Amino acid sequence: MRYAFFPGCSLETTAWDFDRSVRAVCRTLGITLEDIPDWVCCGSTPAHTSNASLAVALPVMTLQKAKHMGCPVMTACASCYSRLRTANHKVCSDPDERQRAERVTGKPYDGSVEVRHVVDVLVNDFGLDNIRARVKRSLSGVRVASYYGCLLTRPPEIVAFDNPEHPSCMDDLFKAAGAEAVEWPYRTECCGAGLSMTEPDAVNRLGHKLVSMARQAGADCIAVACPLCQLNLDLRQADAAKAYGAVLPTPVLYVTQLLGLALGLSVGELGFNALTVSADSVLQRCEMVVSAGRGGRP
Amino acid sequence: MENRLESTGTSFLDEVQRRSGTPISACFQCHKCSTGCPIGPEMDVLSSQIMRLIHLGEEKEVLESQGIWMCASCEACSTRCPMGIDIAGVMDTLRMMAVERKVAPPDARAKHFAHSFLQSVRHHGRVYEMGMLVAYKFRSRDFFTDMDKGPKMLMKKKLAFLPIRSGAASEVKEVFKRVEEEKEQ
Repeated sequence: MRYAFFPGCSLETTAWDFDRSVRAVCRTLGITLEDIPDWVCCGSTPAHTSNASLAVALPVMTLQKAKHMGCPVMTACASCYSRLRTANHKVCSDPDERQRAERVTGKPYDGSVEVRHVVDVLVNDFGLDNIRARVKRSLSGVRVASYYGCLLTRPPEIVAFDNPEHPSCMDDLFKAAGAEAVEWPYRTECCGAGLSMTEPDAVNRLGHKLVSMARQAGADCIAVACPLCQLNLDLRQADAAKAYGAVLPTPVLYVTQLLGLALGLSVGELGFNALTVSADSVLQRCEMVVSAGRGGRP
Repeated sequence: MENRLESTGTSFLDEVQRRSGTPISACFQCHKCSTGCPIGPEMDVLSSQIMRLIHLGEEKEVLESQGIWMCASCEACSTRCPMGIDIAGVMDTLRMMAVERKVAPPDARAKHFAHSFLQSVRHHGRVYEMGMLVAYKFRSRDFFTDMDKGPKMLMKKKLAFLPIRSGAASEVKEVFKRVEEEKEQ
């Protein structure tokens, strides 16, 4: 199994722990990731809200580079995933969009490079049975709220690897790793996403709603697959509690950080020290020695 | 008196429909979009109200609203609309029109954020968070919000002091230039 990896800007900085844990999990499972050389930013929300041409051209630049690699693209960031898939959809369904993208990038592109998300790859390509067979340390005792957020499942005509209103792929993954995936209603509610910088009050309100509901549903941690979901729920958790009412500090882990524990990887290999809300309570639940194996970023 | 029920092909509704490529006129005001909008409580005009205002040709009220700048692009509305209207896509189009017509409210922070973000991509081919944050603070004149977050992120190595440039940064600059040239034509 080989994928052209598109890390995206967040995974180089604010979500370096996502980057590290995705690479560690894939390495352990024998999934080969080759970085797309000279990839460029997908443009994210700022591009699609300001310039329709740029919003397609930027992802297309990266997809053109990936085309030479002859394998599907894999992303970890939900926003990159959505922007790359949207660009493919536009290029394939609208000849004018394709012409414009080819004109401004100066290169041909037919929309044929497949784009997959790491959760999709783990659940549907690698397979849950294979994951189950690779579990070295069961996550039994961990009660996790799988938080899918927006762009992993929406809009369904663009992404389509799980149900847009009732997704289950992350829950299935954690169950395969021995954890308890709690039923909770806000799994696809928005965290405020890109409003993090501009409207922090709104983001705190939404974050508080999500974390307190996850706790109410019996979860002791939240798992995410998007750098902005992680940042908004983790870094802003204390502010949200201050503004909207106390909630037990709740660790917010990347899907690959939690899965990595089950695969026998250490907290250092999974970048646990990047978390603002400590995940020691989770480690204790799966009977890992909290102080051992703490590693920093090299 | 102008009959708003007869489309002349040049109305505000026609223009927004053409640019967003989605059938806004199909909206029958079920308000499903507004009900599920995560940012509804913060919006001055809700998404279903924006659809109606577009029907009525209320260009000024729509383009000068704060609401279009509050959309988080979460796609819940577009996913749930029973008439298949890409409401989040309409919000994108409205923001672009507000900028082109220079009628965006001065405190539309999302506009300053998008500009700062894209300038960073233009220069480096990727986002340089530290530079983008400083540029945003100056553009929005919002200096004091989240002052504690920068140091926290630095301690967790979540912000880099120096930009990490893409090897294709000069190609990206060319693409930005061509996109702008096409827009001016």
